[in-house]
Amino acid sequence: MQTILEALRAALELLVSFDPVLLQIVTLSLQVSISALLISTIIGIPIGAGLGLQKKLPARGLVLALINTGMGLPPVAVGLFIFLLLSSSGPLGVLGWLFTPWAMISAQTIIALPLVIGLTLAAVAGVDRDLHLQIRSLGATRWQTARAVLVEARLGILAAIAAAFGGIISEVGAVMLVGGNIAGKTRILTTAIVLETRKGEFAIALALGIVLVVLAFAANVALIRFGGTHQRWRLS
Amino acid sequence: MEYDNRQVLSVDQLSIEKGEILAIVGPSGAGKSTLLRILNFLEPATSGELLFDGQQLQGSVSLEVRRRVTTVFQRPQLLNRSVAANVSFGLNVRGIDTNGRIKAALDLVGLTNLADQAANDLSGGEMQRVALARALVIQPDVLLLDEPTANLDPYNVALIEKLVVEQNQSRETTIVLVTHNIFQARRIAHRCALLLDGHLTEVAATERFFTTPQDPRTAAFVRGEMVY
Repeated sequence: MQTILEALRAALELLVSFDPVLLQIVTLSLQVSISALLISTIIGIPIGAGLGLQKKLPARGLVLALINTGMGLPPVAVGLFIFLLLSSSGPLGVLGWLFTPWAMISAQTIIALPLVIGLTLAAVAGVDRDLHLQIRSLGATRWQTARAVLVEARLGILAAIAAAFGGIISEVGAVMLVGGNIAGKTRILTTAIVLETRKGEFAIALALGIVLVVLAFAANVALIRFGGTHQRWRLS
Repeated sequence: MEYDNRQVLSVDQLSIEKGEILAIVGPSGAGKSTLLRILNFLEPATSGELLFDGQQLQGSVSLEVRRRVTTVFQRPQLLNRSVAANVSFGLNVRGIDTNGRIKAALDLVGLTNLADQAANDLSGGEMQRVALARALVIQPDVLLLDEPTANLDPYNVALIEKLVVEQNQSRETTIVLVTHNIFQARRIAHRCALLLDGHLTEVAATERFFTTPQDPRTAAFVRGEMVY
C-alpha cells in the first residue's frame, strides 16, 4: 500500500512538472493512435454503413464472419503479422517501416478497423427498417436516406470509434513487436509502462498509467459531447 | 404482391380519385399496409400496373413523382432530433426554405411550444401529431395514412381526423386512410374499401358501403360480425 501511495505522489509530481520525456511519450502515443483511428474510421465507417444498409449483398454472411473474427484478433498476432510483412526479408520490407511509428500505425489500424466496421454495422443495422421507409416516404433520395440513417445511428458509430480508440491506445503487444520501444523514437505510453514496471520504476509507470486513463476518458467525453451536438444536425 | 412465393395482396383494380378520402378497412394481415407501401412506391409490386395521374409508372419511380406522395405510419417514425428538425426534414431534403413553414405546421397541430423538444420524448399523441405536421408541411398531393390514430386518446383522434379533413378540403389532397376503425372510416371517408385476405371485396361510396353493402362479407364486416 505504501508503495502505491508513494508511486501516486511521485506520479503527480511528474505530471505537474511537465517532464519532457513524458510529454514526448504522450505526444507520440496520441500521434500513433489518432492516426490509426483516423485511417480506420475513414475506411471502416463507409464499409460498416454499407453493410448495415444493404442486407442483401452476396456473401454478406461470410463478410460478417470475417469482421467478427477480426474484432477478436489478438493484437500480438497482428503485431507478428505486420512484423513479418515489414521485416527486411518481408514483402513490404523495402518500405523501411519496421521499428518506426509507421509500423505502429499500421498495426493499430489493423486492430481498430474490424472494430469500427463491426460496431458501425451493428449501429446502422439497428435503425428501425420502418424509419428507412419513413425517410424515403418523406422524399429523401437514396443518399439522403443513407445519411439520415447514419445520423440516427450516430451514437452507435461514436461508440464504435470510442471502442476502437480504447482498444488501440491501451494496446501493447503489437506496438512492442513492430515498434521496438525505442526511446525517443517509438516509445509510447503502453510500452513505456511495461518497461518502467520491469525496471521497478513504479512512480513513472503509474504516472504513465494515469495519463493513459485520462486520455481514454477525455476521448470518450469528447465523443459523447460530439454526439450530443449532432442532435441538431439537419439535412440540406 | 408476393413475399417468399406467398401471395399477400392481389388487387384486380383500384382507382383512387383526385381529392377524395378513400378508407381501406379490413382485419389485420389483410394486406392494407402492403397496399400503402406500394402506393407510396416504397415497394414495387411483383406484377401488375401502377398509374399515377394517368401515367403508367415503370421501373424506378422518378423523385418528382415520389415527392408528391407521403405516408404517416401507425407508429410515428420520428427522427432522434427536435420536433422542429423532424418537421423540417421533408423540406430540407427538397432544398426548400423552411422559413415560417415549420411554425405554421406546428401551429396547425398545436405543438408550437414543443418545437425545441426532443421528438422521441413526447407522448404518443404528440408524436403522431408531429408525424402528421411533418407530412402536411411538404404539401403532398397524396397523403397515405396507416392507422394514424390507433392507440390514441379520443382528443388526439378527433384532432387528427379534423386536420385530415381540413387538409383534404383546403388543398384537395387525395387521402388514403387505412384503418381498423370502421366508425372513423364512416366519419371522414368519401369512399370505403374492404380488403380481406389480400383481395378487395367491395369499394363503394361510404354511405352505400355501410347501409347497403353488395358483398355479404362487407355486410358482415360493417355489422361487426366478422371476428378479427
